[in-house]
Amino acid sequence: MVDHAFGGIAIRHLYKIFGPNAGAHVEAVRNGLTKTELNERHGHVLGLSDINIEMPSGSIQVIMGLSGSGKSTLIRHINRLIDPTAGEVLVDGVDVVKMPEAELREFRRHQTAMVFQKFALLPHRSVLDNTIFGLEIQGVSRAQSIDTAMRWLERVGLKGFEKKYPNQLSGGMQQRVGLARALANDAPVLLMDEAYSALDPLIRTDMQSVLLDLQKEIKKTIVFITHDLDEALRLGDQIAILRDGEVIQQGTSQDIVLRPADDYVANFVKEVNRGRVVNVEAVMAPLGAAATGGPSIPAGVTIEEAVRTLASAPEGDITVIDASGGPVGTVTFRQLAGAMVNARETNDHAIAIAATAA
Amino acid sequence: MDWFYQFPHMNDNALRDLKKVIDETFRGFTRNYGELIEGFFAPLQHFLIAAERFMTKTPWPIITLLILAIAWAATRSIRIAAGCLVTLLLIGYFGMWDDTMRTISMIFVCTVLSIAIGLPIGILMARSDRVQRVVNPVLDVMQTMPSFVYLIPVVMLLGIGKVPGLIAVVIYAIPPMIRLTNLGIRLVDKDVLEAADAFGADNKQKLFKVQLPLALPTIMAGINQTIMMALAMVVIASMIGVQGLGQPVLKAIANQYFTLGIFNGLAIVGIAIMFDRVSQAYGERLQKHREVVHG
Repeated sequence: MVDHAFGGIAIRHLYKIFGPNAGAHVEAVRNGLTKTELNERHGHVLGLSDINIEMPSGSIQVIMGLSGSGKSTLIRHINRLIDPTAGEVLVDGVDVVKMPEAELREFRRHQTAMVFQKFALLPHRSVLDNTIFGLEIQGVSRAQSIDTAMRWLERVGLKGFEKKYPNQLSGGMQQRVGLARALANDAPVLLMDEAYSALDPLIRTDMQSVLLDLQKEIKKTIVFITHDLDEALRLGDQIAILRDGEVIQQGTSQDIVLRPADDYVANFVKEVNRGRVVNVEAVMAPLGAAATGGPSIPAGVTIEEAVRTLASAPEGDITVIDASGGPVGTVTFRQLAGAMVNARETNDHAIAIAATAA
Repeated sequence: MDWFYQFPHMNDNALRDLKKVIDETFRGFTRNYGELIEGFFAPLQHFLIAAERFMTKTPWPIITLLILAIAWAATRSIRIAAGCLVTLLLIGYFGMWDDTMRTISMIFVCTVLSIAIGLPIGILMARSDRVQRVVNPVLDVMQTMPSFVYLIPVVMLLGIGKVPGLIAVVIYAIPPMIRLTNLGIRLVDKDVLEAADAFGADNKQKLFKVQLPLALPTIMAGINQTIMMALAMVVIASMIGVQGLGQPVLKAIANQYFTLGIFNGLAIVGIAIMFDRVSQAYGERLQKHREVVHG
């Protein structure tokens, strides 16, 4: 792993049909047979249909969808807990689908680690012994595993709990054990299957921060499954939205909120706090003739943060500057406030302003 | 209308011949292979004799201390240990010490043998539905067939003595061990098993690190049941020469010795309760970590 850069994950033309004779129906589905038709005519269930997702190394890919959308099925294809009916799953350039049994086991031991919705800890083992489970399976010596495990337990905030049993811990703490167990494996891919869905909202936010903090340091390729859009927007470098086994939109959180692909996504996005997601570039007026001398904020800042800056700044425009310090645009309090309420109108407004400025 | 009132059965002569043929065949089999089979079971004979010699030749205070130590180690309960002590002292005081030791050694060997055979069969059953479909009816037969009936072929093959008795007891006592091992493994949480798969565990690792430990409380219940059934069977097995508390009971039945029967019967009850409480308390102690301390 030291001299080899991990190549990310690519899912290509993946199909999953549930039923006794799944393989026979792939061609029909490729040619446009719908999920309902497949179920009515052949009694097979279409789980995933033509999934294509590229997950670059070192980023968090969120897969979002409601229950029954196929998201948990999809994540199980990455370590082949579920066999696909057709398609490729390339992890670091190797097709997981074609791996023989023994190779698949080695792959799971060293390339992936998984965190589960229901924690799936071993109730008869202490926190420490749960954490070393993956290393034990790999055949690492006990002394060395304990070293690694203690480091990760401390990192997720469980120092002093290593002798406890899972049932003696709260849900949030149990999931920290699940996270430590996965991290101890030191695999480049971290699969998180609705890892935080069973937690209380406050603890969930807390665990999201833990993950984001960790990711700055570990830079793993994380696949995160969730049904919660706020969670998806907060964590995801990239988001894929799944519905009825099909990807209906892929993109960054900005893309999803500002340009929902269809009514289904738009409906989802409606209730989202835009101020926390949308960056100032989306609402700023391009740098026009107007000279700027007022306060400035860096590009990439969210609207909410910009409002916070502006609230304590003198009246007037605020300049958006890029990484090198050069100005790229201006934004007003009115534009920011408008964006938090409804993005589309603000965009129109921004265009109008840009037009008058030009 | 004769067929209506009398069930139309096989011709009497044909039926007699059939029984005769089966009997002859089995007798022939016994004559030809009896010694071979006896040789096969010789190690068991040694095991039985060694266990019995240990239990009867060791001075009673040492045996008492040993049993108390095991009870204490398994249960950590003074009440259960004290109960064992009182039971043992009473049995000894009423002059049944030697017979009781013979019975305990027999039960010990039967339990060890039942676990050694039952556990692997239970594991195989849990792994394959086909094995389960084959083994289940066999277990049904073993549990419902009157135990006197399978004493017959066992005696024909091996004669009268300890080993045939042991085999009869094991046949009777092993089904709960097999069934509960199978059940325990099948009931292991699917999520935990999936996690083991996701971490790349192979079948052996899954069995020893996940399935067996999680099934252990159920398996312990199976061992407990096996011990209880073995105790029930030693009395019947005394008919084919198994030494111990069953012998006086048998004598009491034949001669209508009321007190002799009651005393030895109570001694069997006493050790049954001892075994039951100790093994159950041990099983519960294994589950300590399952108690939900935090909701």
